Amino acid sequence: MRVLRWIIGLIIFAAFFYFNFFIYDGELLFKLINVILFSSLLILLRVMFGPTAVDRIVAVDILGVLAIGLLALLGLHYKESFFMDIGLIWALLSFIATIAFSKILEGRQLDD
Amino acid sequence: MTEVIGIILICMGVAFDFLGVLGLVRLPDVYNRLQAATKCVTFGSAGILLGIIVMYGFTNFGFKALLGIIFIFLTSPTAAHAISRAAHRSRIPLAKISVVDKYEEDKELKDETLKEEVKV
Repeated sequence: MRVLRWIIGLIIFAAFFYFNFFIYDGELLFKLINVILFSSLLILLRVMFGPTAVDRIVAVDILGVLAIGLLALLGLHYKESFFMDIGLIWALLSFIATIAFSKILEGRQLDD
Repeated sequence: MTEVIGIILICMGVAFDFLGVLGLVRLPDVYNRLQAATKCVTFGSAGILLGIIVMYGFTNFGFKALLGIIFIFLTSPTAAHAISRAAHRSRIPLAKISVVDKYEEDKELKDETLKEEVKV
């Protein structure tokens, strides 16, 4: 059963990379953006099926970090700099949410 | 020349992001997942922003990317430390193949010393 799951995952990954880098005919930046979007899909999978609450918090935190990279690549394509503002605010909100959730998990209140 | 160096840095950053997320999906434990996932901060997104700095120089886009790097490097280890401490305090078990747990021993020892002080 574990071997079957491993092989299914390997097939999905290989298909994604084959279609992204050899079939899809676009710029290099779009291919990199596709890789980051595929990574955020995997993170959402961890958010859905994570066994404990801490897994979900870690996954959402890393989703915020990936969003900074995605918005930086989008700004690089459109040659506009306001995408970085959105990324900074996203990272700030993700950081505050992470700290608050870890404090609640530890059994303390927010004004402790 | 700077564009080529920037594109190479950006490709490296995207590769590190993907590998970090792969570790987040594959590894068996909360602490291992955290250890793999914080790698995609230091080389992943910070690599992308460093490539943008190399490509754009000291324009407004470059300065915003520099601000992003400083902000990520300040906040991400703090968040990882808080998460791991909260996970260990809320009794989330380690994976079965893990060998040693030093923080648990430290906590037990600290509790014993506290009890002795109370007795005295």
